[in-house]
Amino acid sequence: MSPADNEKLDQVFSAIREEAEKRRKAFREAPVPKIHIGMATCGIASGALETKKAFEETLAERNIEALIHPVGCIGHCYAEPVVIIDHPDSGFPPIFYHEVTAGKAKMLVKLFLEEGDPRFEHILGATVENDLIPSVMEFSRFNQEKRVVMEKCGYIDPEDIYDYIAEGGYSMLVKVLQLTPDKIIKEVRNSGLRGRGGAGFPTGKKWELAMHAEGQIKIVICNADEGDPGAYMDRTILESNPHQVLEGMAICAYAVGANKAVVYIRAEYPLAVKIVTKAIQQAKELGLLGKGILSSTFDLEIDVFRGSGAFVCGEETALIRSIEGYRGMPRHRPPYPVEKGLWGHPTVINNVKTLASVPPILENGATWFRGIGTENSPGTAIFSVVGNVVHAGLVEIPMGVTLRTLIFDICGGILNKKKFRAVQIGGPSGGCLPADLLDTPIDFDSLTEAGAMMGSGGMVVMDEDTCMVDVARYFLDFTQKESCGKCTFCRIGTHHLLRILERLTKGEGQDKDLEQLESLSEDIKTGSLCGLGKTAPNPALTSLKYFRDEYEAHVKEKRCPALMCRSLIAYYFDLDLCARGCDACATCCPVEAVFTTSNRKKGVDQELCVKCGECMVACPPEYDAVRKVSPSNLVPVVERAPEKK
Amino acid sequence: MPKLLVDNKEIEVKEGTTLLQACLDNGIYIPNLCYLESMDDPSASCRMCFVEIEGEEKPITSCTVTVKDDMVVKTDTLSVRRLHRTAFRLLLSVHHVDCKNCHVNKKCELQRIAKYLEVGLKPKHLEQHLKEPDIDQDHPFLDYYPNRCVLCGKCIHICRKKHGQSVLTFAKRGFDTVISSYGKNDVSSLACEKCVVCVDICPVGALILKEAQE
Ligand SMILES: Cc1cc2nc3c(=O)[nH]c(=O)nc-3n(C[C@H](O)[C@H](O)[C@H](O)COP(=O)(O)O)c2cc1C
Repeated sequence: MSPADNEKLDQVFSAIREEAEKRRKAFREAPVPKIHIGMATCGIASGALETKKAFEETLAERNIEALIHPVGCIGHCYAEPVVIIDHPDSGFPPIFYHEVTAGKAKMLVKLFLEEGDPRFEHILGATVENDLIPSVMEFSRFNQEKRVVMEKCGYIDPEDIYDYIAEGGYSMLVKVLQLTPDKIIKEVRNSGLRGRGGAGFPTGKKWELAMHAEGQIKIVICNADEGDPGAYMDRTILESNPHQVLEGMAICAYAVGANKAVVYIRAEYPLAVKIVTKAIQQAKELGLLGKGILSSTFDLEIDVFRGSGAFVCGEETALIRSIEGYRGMPRHRPPYPVEKGLWGHPTVINNVKTLASVPPILENGATWFRGIGTENSPGTAIFSVVGNVVHAGLVEIPMGVTLRTLIFDICGGILNKKKFRAVQIGGPSGGCLPADLLDTPIDFDSLTEAGAMMGSGGMVVMDEDTCMVDVARYFLDFTQKESCGKCTFCRIGTHHLLRILERLTKGEGQDKDLEQLESLSEDIKTGSLCGLGKTAPNPALTSLKYFRDEYEAHVKEKRCPALMCRSLIAYYFDLDLCARGCDACATCCPVEAVFTTSNRKKGVDQELCVKCGECMVACPPEYDAVRKVSPSNLVPVVERAPEKK
Repeated sequence: MPKLLVDNKEIEVKEGTTLLQACLDNGIYIPNLCYLESMDDPSASCRMCFVEIEGEEKPITSCTVTVKDDMVVKTDTLSVRRLHRTAFRLLLSVHHVDCKNCHVNKKCELQRIAKYLEVGLKPKHLEQHLKEPDIDQDHPFLDYYPNRCVLCGKCIHICRKKHGQSVLTFAKRGFDTVISSYGKNDVSSLACEKCVVCVDICPVGALILKEAQE
């Protein structure tokens, strides 16, 4: 491109940027309080819509002027709905409030906006350092994170493109349009960025292959299929800052020479679909996408494709088949999509987080990015940390932080003061790691070495009450159902693995089952066609490796050490603790298995009991008389149940 | 023309041939169920035709490899055999073995592979899991036996090749995957009455013309 064009480019973009800054200034300087409400799916699920309505209604009722600013998600799910109130007249800095229900919203309008009392008991912290209120940055859930991809998530309105532009958005697209493609690819290569979709393939290399691939037409696909159970990193990013992903896609498209791009989002993410569709529309209206982007000669059309929610459609070749209108079944690679992808054209497929990492890399430089994380895994990792952990949610940390730091420091450790049992990383393709591997650094290579996998960001923390055999069974049940059915090892092999695991949890396991589990798993890993089958045995293999004693207890003693497998446990009441005349357990038992003993305490009719554990929940804590044992034949017989008439 | 060494035998084949085809053409058998020379893209789904190639870390399906000069290939190493046998046993674990009453008895590809691999047709290692019902009679002209089918996909491919669009398709997912058909209700538009390509190509007798059974 000639410099004259560059001048024009800068000029066109400056006008857009000025408009964005003008709007931002008007918002900031408006002499009224601002209420920022987290309105991504997680917030909405916790009641953010009701919270917003309560703010609106109470403001109107009390005739208070304030601006409501819907924003995305900051990732602190344990605290949803999250609200930031910026009320300069009160003399306080902007404040983070957690769990702001509709009732709390009403109260905050009255007491804080009207009377200036910030209600300290509901505060998470101030957004900035100050003398009045401790800042959230004193909280390790905030200060040990490193935000690169999610820096703007939860602070900008995802449905307003000017909000993103005012934060410097799209300026990297403008910059790259003035560079040659190989310069851009070199920068991405130098940054060491590796794909965040799971396999960690070097992004620069992928782009380079696509740039050199033969073909008039090239395509970029953003993979937002996100099928791992319990993982929602990509959804949150798309719902909180869609333009950063679109900007990354546009940069990629320009670099590899593509004029067509697709965002592949699962249909179960309706809000993400809506927000991304709107974002594309807004970007087109401003000339940041579409024909002749910012008066240059570069064209890019981005479409949204809604996937039907099959896990296997996250696999790149199946994803391509599914866009082409076929059954989502993976194909043999090579040819890789960069040579022969969608409709046969060279195609770059990158994960949402990979693409969203690109604008910050270009803005701050490859060296800056390499300064974050580890030598072989530069940058940050985003996990959705869920399960038995205190501060669940999305966490963005520099690669290389240990699992211990992430789980115990940043996420506050295990809920209810229980002991840690295992952490499952990488979703159904990943593995379960035990306590002695908690000092493993989180990076592509260390996790793979430990038998787990970086995956795309799912992390489930499990406490001492978790049965590892049952966890393996759960994941195999998932992969087995989500197998496309194409190849022998995955279709039939995972089914046998599941059956064996089911037998174990029912106490029907045999000695040879463990060996068969192992040898069949090895063969499935080597023999399967695609990544789904190749990794499906991982949860079984790792739990077998690290928790073999639990498996053996299930087989040899018919005992479930975590007291979770229903077939292997029994409930009874400790009569020293059971309160005479109390009926709490009996009234909630769904099968009338609780009977009254001759001294008016309670007993369990083992024949009727379905081991649902409702009695344990119902027993008042001051008695705490319900006990569980495994194997079930250890249950003491206190008194026989009376004959039922 | 590339020359390669397979099990210490030198063979010379046309450029662009798949390794599996090259071996089969030269009298070297590798177990296979889903491969058809006429497919542009090998489906590579039966996972039977594993071989070891010098320089490759792991066994690899020979239908997905194009021959190269000086390739050194082994078709019967321990690890290759282990995969052959496991894949075969998996297939048999869902196969209703009833050869006496099967119309492809003695012509069945599974019988051939069993003999070749020296694996009994009634495997002891894995539990048998059969689908219900044993026969799908939905199609006006064809009966389908899910517990014979190995889901190689040849029937779908050949139907599409002959008619431009396949009447047959994969249906359901995971372990429940079966072959199903389209357009059954409009019998007049079905070419099936006079066409038996799918029946002929099925390696295991999972498809059969209704009238042939009567
Ligand atoms: C069963 C299976 C599911 C996958 N699901 C996803 C997914 O949901 N999102 C994703 O980005 N990649 C997924 N992948 C990985 C993709 O095939 C592909 O490697 C990735 O999108 C490449 O992007 P990256 O280079 O940015 O990591 C999956 C792979 C397999 C085998």
